[in-house]
Amino acid sequence: MTDTAIEAAGLGRTFGRRRRARALHACTFRLPAGRVCAVVGPNGAGKSTLLALAAGLLRPTEGTVTVLGTTPAAARERVAYVAQGKPLHPQLTVADTLRMGRDLNPRRWDAATAGRVVADGDLDPDAKVRTLSGGQRTRVALALALGKRPELLLLDEPMADLDPLARHQLMGTLMADAAEHGTTIVMSSHVIAELEGSCDHLLLVGGGRVRLAGPVDDLLAAHTLVTGPAGDLAPHTVVESRTTGRQLTALVRPAGPLGEDWQAGDPTLEELVLAHLRSPDAPALTLTDERQEAAA
Amino acid sequence: MVEYRIDRRSGVATYLQIVQQTKQALRLGLLEPGDKLPTAREVVAATAINPNTVLKAYRELEREGLVEARRGLGTFVRKGLSTAPADSPLRAELETWADRARTAGLERDDVAALFTSVLDQHFPYDQNHSKGDQA
Repeated sequence: MTDTAIEAAGLGRTFGRRRRARALHACTFRLPAGRVCAVVGPNGAGKSTLLALAAGLLRPTEGTVTVLGTTPAAARERVAYVAQGKPLHPQLTVADTLRMGRDLNPRRWDAATAGRVVADGDLDPDAKVRTLSGGQRTRVALALALGKRPELLLLDEPMADLDPLARHQLMGTLMADAAEHGTTIVMSSHVIAELEGSCDHLLLVGGGRVRLAGPVDDLLAAHTLVTGPAGDLAPHTVVESRTTGRQLTALVRPAGPLGEDWQAGDPTLEELVLAHLRSPDAPALTLTDERQEAAA
Repeated sequence: MVEYRIDRRSGVATYLQIVQQTKQALRLGLLEPGDKLPTAREVVAATAINPNTVLKAYRELEREGLVEARRGLGTFVRKGLSTAPADSPLRAELETWADRARTAGLERDDVAALFTSVLDQHFPYDQNHSKGDQA
């Protein structure tokens, strides 16, 4: 087993006949194994493209991506990917779908895990997939993905069509799988609040580029919310600042101790992400996982 | 067995909430030496928090000597938290003091403020613990 789940170097992808539409460009980051990583960003930021590249469903048009120490194609057996639309066969029953999972993954299939995910949702095994609600379909898709017992689980907007209770239950199911098997989980979402507490690694993409990457704790610790009299914030890196009358509010990356005039506070994950989304020109920041480096 | 309740808006780091709730359960006698703490899997399945957060909390409790991890078996309570039982002389003195405060015309908030101020003076808050991260 490798200690790196995903490593991207100058990764990019263009679409269209003349390769004009650039979905992703010059992305470089490393995701250590065993993490729960949130991929956040506005619509069209390149989140789905990034996940599809890692899943090996798309080929990069620039740079490289390595998954579990090898190419996405070679890692496919150890990777599970759930696309945004949760594609399932509408005419199959829930039980048939799980049997299909078993037949398609003969060496890896964990019927007990897949069965439990479905049973937790009170799903009738004989119900056809087309009769299920969006949330129930998500549950079946996750049962298929977890039944494969993947080392890396890629989820594109997994919680989008779930009610709050189902979100909480499914997130609990995912976290339990991570606790039990050390599964690396990568999930994209726009709803930052639902990721806070569950994810320990963040990848913020915007405009096709990686804007923030690293362990959530370290990224939060690298930023400070300051309020104080309007003035120059140099030498600190300013991500976002607003002036109201004589008062200045800003999110900065401190380059040393802050002056006495400033009142400093710790940002939440949501505040950190929103400030970066509002300021597309703020410099990117990539932090490596020091704990991991120290252990290696 | 304890069940953890995570308040994501409290501003208290999640792992600290687990540490504090475990200590509270020890003080109240809901957990006793020899009892098993829920596994990380059980905690995250119920709360949907990150497994590493639970492990961090358990490591902290272990560092404080309150619990011990037994390989392959789980995490167990090593010792209870010494608190004055309900019939101790300390409690009786505090009751007398509270009576006097009421007679002197103090309100609940006044008493709480007074008590907290003396508490802070004699038991300064450990910097390492108050500055928890956002895990």
